[in-house]
Amino acid sequence: MGDRSLLVELGDDISPAVNQKVQELFSAIDRQRSKGILDLVPSYRSLLMIYDPLCISFDEIKAGIKDIWNNPDQFRLPQPQTVKIPVVYGGEYGPDLELVAQYHNLTPREVIDFHTRPAYRVYMIGFTPGFPYLGEVPDAIATPRRETPRTLVPKGSVGIAQRQTGIYPVDSPGGWQIIGWTPVKLFDPFGKPPSHLVMGDRVQFHAITAQETGQWQT
Amino acid sequence: MADLEILEILSPGIFTSIQDLGRYGYGRYGVAPSGALDSYALRIANLLVGNRPDQAGLEAMLLGPAIRALADIVVAVTGGNLQPRRNKQPIEMWRSHFLKKDDILSFGSPSSGFRAYVAVGGGISVPPVMGSRSTNLSSGFGGLQGRTLEKNDILSSENCFQHVKTDRRAFNAAWIPDYLNNWSLRVIWGPQDDHFPAESRDSFLGASYKMSSDSDRTGIRLQGPVIRHKPDMQTSIISEGVISGSVQIPGDGKPIIILGETVTGGYRKIATVISADLPLLGQIKPGDAVRFKAVSLAEAQCALAAVEEKVHKFEASLK
Repeated sequence: MGDRSLLVELGDDISPAVNQKVQELFSAIDRQRSKGILDLVPSYRSLLMIYDPLCISFDEIKAGIKDIWNNPDQFRLPQPQTVKIPVVYGGEYGPDLELVAQYHNLTPREVIDFHTRPAYRVYMIGFTPGFPYLGEVPDAIATPRRETPRTLVPKGSVGIAQRQTGIYPVDSPGGWQIIGWTPVKLFDPFGKPPSHLVMGDRVQFHAITAQETGQWQT
Repeated sequence: MADLEILEILSPGIFTSIQDLGRYGYGRYGVAPSGALDSYALRIANLLVGNRPDQAGLEAMLLGPAIRALADIVVAVTGGNLQPRRNKQPIEMWRSHFLKKDDILSFGSPSSGFRAYVAVGGGISVPPVMGSRSTNLSSGFGGLQGRTLEKNDILSSENCFQHVKTDRRAFNAAWIPDYLNNWSLRVIWGPQDDHFPAESRDSFLGASYKMSSDSDRTGIRLQGPVIRHKPDMQTSIISEGVISGSVQIPGDGKPIIILGETVTGGYRKIATVISADLPLLGQIKPGDAVRFKAVSLAEAQCALAAVEEKVHKFEASLK
């Protein structure tokens, strides 16, 4: 991809197996700490490596990847951590909850039950700083994006787009169906790390009331 | 050493922000690099005032700011010619100038290019965030409180007095880029060029596009012939990493050249602007004509080496 980045593709679909491979390669390359690698952007099915072409060549990077590939014992990942995220569902906090329920002929309560059931995998962080792409949402509540995106989705909003769910860490435009809101701060530019969630984490949502949000607010 | 107040913003201009060469290493957290769009101009401006090439300066767009010097300082203005003035008298671009305390640096009407860079001897002291002083405007951090500059802002510097001796340095005139109204950007195909039929790729290279006025620091939007992907494919792809210079083709078929404020995207990328031409992306202005020319990786590497040679030769000449 151009003369200063390399896109390593590890599959064609959104699946835990492909994403696991991306995470393994990402971690192994990150541990190599090669001079000249400026940034790594892991995503659902590929790893983007941005490099300084004056420091390291395309061929050297390729050789580094081959080396990792031939030594699969480098693929060690820590046990994923499970992060609990409290959500106030519906009402002003989740203006699209009713719509999602109607779309599937469910009650809002049932949508919440489905949404809080799985431990979602953090497939990637992207779009805006700290935005986690989580999957997979049960088919029973998978809902297409809004036809017209909102120009402003408030920070903390929890949304659904098809079988993905995610949380908006900063105020931004967005087209996902907003079903709830979390008081948890997902992005802090001064935090180490700056993102509350990282690729490979598991996320478990649980419902709280608006009165209970105070204990998470910082 | 304590910071010294050096600049007071009398009027901010249309869109003036603090930028260095960008914030790298945080892509995994969804953090885009930001940074000076014309990095060549910022690096030269810094060298002209005796700074390291990667220090933070001001990036002004189209109509520049008016700034009062709060101490004796050295400044240099590079990049697009937005007609810099000292106490209302025009001053030359691409060279360093002494500003006495209370002198005023201002700008007239732009005559070429789109973005000017102001470096101050000693750099601009704002706290680095994730290793960089660049302003991330969409998420509101870095630079000065994560925003563009406003009237009455005060900026500080370290060690500005040590730089006063760099007054009247000039950059080699032959190495100053010409900013025209029509641009030929060199690209390398991919990563998804194979998602487009041959006639789309031909029309991408054959077309003359126009930069749209709804462009911003996240991307240059182009008006012109629509580029269609192969009919059996969906409009979007699974989201993945992008870099500045990625040429995205969204559903409406109108190319967008990604700039440094985006880290991932879900549209296919037909081509990528080569590193040597990235600084030009900061100087294309709405209404300018843009064409693309496909080159090989080897040509891209040669072109980059030529750019870097200018910077290094200039840097060496200062020692």
